Amino acid sequence: MDIIWQGLQKAARLLLAGDAEVWRVTFLTLQVSGGATLISLLIGLPLGAVLALKVFPGRRVAVSLVNTGMALPPVVVGLVVSVFLWRNGPFGFLHLMYTPTAMVIAQSIIATPLVTGVAMAGLQQLDPRLNRQILALGASGVQTFWLLLREARLSILAAVMAGLGGVISEVGASMMVGGNVQGQTRVLTTATVMEVSKGNFDVAMALSIILLLLTYGITLGITMAQQRKRIS
Amino acid sequence: MSKRTISLLLILTLLISVALFGCGNGGQGKVADKSSDQKTAEKAPTDKGPATKDVILATTTSTQDSGLLDVLIPAFQQKTGYVIKTIAVGTGQALAMGQRGEADVLLVHAPEAEKKVEESGAAVNRRLVMHNDFILVGPPQDPAKIKGVAKAEEALKKVAAAGAIFVSRGDDSGTDKMEKGLWKKAGITPQGKWYQQAGSGMGQTLNIASEKAGYTLTDRATYLALKKNLRLEIMVERDPVLLNIYHVMEVNPAKFPKVNTAGAKAFADFLVSKEGQAMIGKFGVDKFGAPLFFPDAGKKDEDLGLK
Repeated sequence: MDIIWQGLQKAARLLLAGDAEVWRVTFLTLQVSGGATLISLLIGLPLGAVLALKVFPGRRVAVSLVNTGMALPPVVVGLVVSVFLWRNGPFGFLHLMYTPTAMVIAQSIIATPLVTGVAMAGLQQLDPRLNRQILALGASGVQTFWLLLREARLSILAAVMAGLGGVISEVGASMMVGGNVQGQTRVLTTATVMEVSKGNFDVAMALSIILLLLTYGITLGITMAQQRKRIS
Repeated sequence: MSKRTISLLLILTLLISVALFGCGNGGQGKVADKSSDQKTAEKAPTDKGPATKDVILATTTSTQDSGLLDVLIPAFQQKTGYVIKTIAVGTGQALAMGQRGEADVLLVHAPEAEKKVEESGAAVNRRLVMHNDFILVGPPQDPAKIKGVAKAEEALKKVAAAGAIFVSRGDDSGTDKMEKGLWKKAGITPQGKWYQQAGSGMGQTLNIASEKAGYTLTDRATYLALKKNLRLEIMVERDPVLLNIYHVMEVNPAKFPKVNTAGAKAFADFLVSKEGQAMIGKFGVDKFGAPLFFPDAGKKDEDLGLK
């Protein structure tokens, strides 16, 4: 149990002393997972809207695929992305293996179904008459999309949290496509795994605490935005 | 604008800026420039740096978990301007990466398997770097009574006979290959509830063995580096069969044109250079009172009693 206390102390020391390595790892974690979440929003929100609001053949299959995708194991994504990005693989010429970009790609693939699924569920819960009314008032497709997103904003923020939470806590894919290279692709989760295997449990605990603080900070921000209307 | 919209916009802007910065980091050389070790970036020769900077080093977990690479790699990077991407995996995977041309240089410790890779033409210029030794460690209670047994095989026979917990790496690493070889020599096919395969690196396997009060085979370096957290003691050591020998190999550019040959050679040369060898020999002395690895550059396999 004392390891948790040691971890807390270590975390405080690392953060306050401005340990360059820890800050770099933390910042990269934000960059990679933030980037992946953003990409997943750009793809997932429109996709979720189409699946929720349009009627077309094969829709049910598509919905079931998205729902399955929400449970995509990160290591599977990591392996498949690796196979594509290996230098002797089909996209090897891009030299992306073991770079932060590769991690963003893998994490985007993990986050997109999460965002799509949650956004879809949220939009489907809206009164279907709303959609018709907005269209009847002469709104364009894009305007309708925005208005509906606004109406479903609680669910949309939940989608953001689902996406970000899914990737910032993920270690399998990041380890595989990033390689946990010091100063280049080491993020909080992969660094934690490495410190455990080095036997530095206090450092590992400190990194975990930093990750939790980071996640909590972001989630707090989003929750405040989400719940503001409720309070006022 | 309502406060809600403003905070939403703020979050989005944050995400976008972070993402743009993150994605803009891609590309081979640039990553290195931006985020490599600051000291290296400052001191590395900027105008006469090598053409392809990134060198992928596939190596065993023991070199990373013991901390040796944390000493060698910064020194090498500072000296040459190359950027080493260390992928620390089991020797089995490291060799497989070499065989697929997915790494540039291999630092591994499974002589038999290495020879096969060399014969297949996937790697060239195999050179002896250093050695240390394997040890059998176990819980202080020593349920199988193997402490002080001279022969590793005898000790393993006793462990199997007693049905005492033995935690195997089970990951096809160099240590795992060594362990499997020892069981074979002992004429035992280890199986049953007492024989547990961790499927993890050396550090993690030691943690598991410590928690389960089991025996395991480990390299001395990782054991010494992690000793402070372990309830494990050395049971069997100094049996000549327990020698742990590390070689460096360069992935063959004739077979895999995409390999960074110059970088691989530079790193391999550094490991066997006077400077690199001195660093290896000194590593661990300040912390453990004894070196963790013994430099062997220039020696032949036969000098270490290897066929």
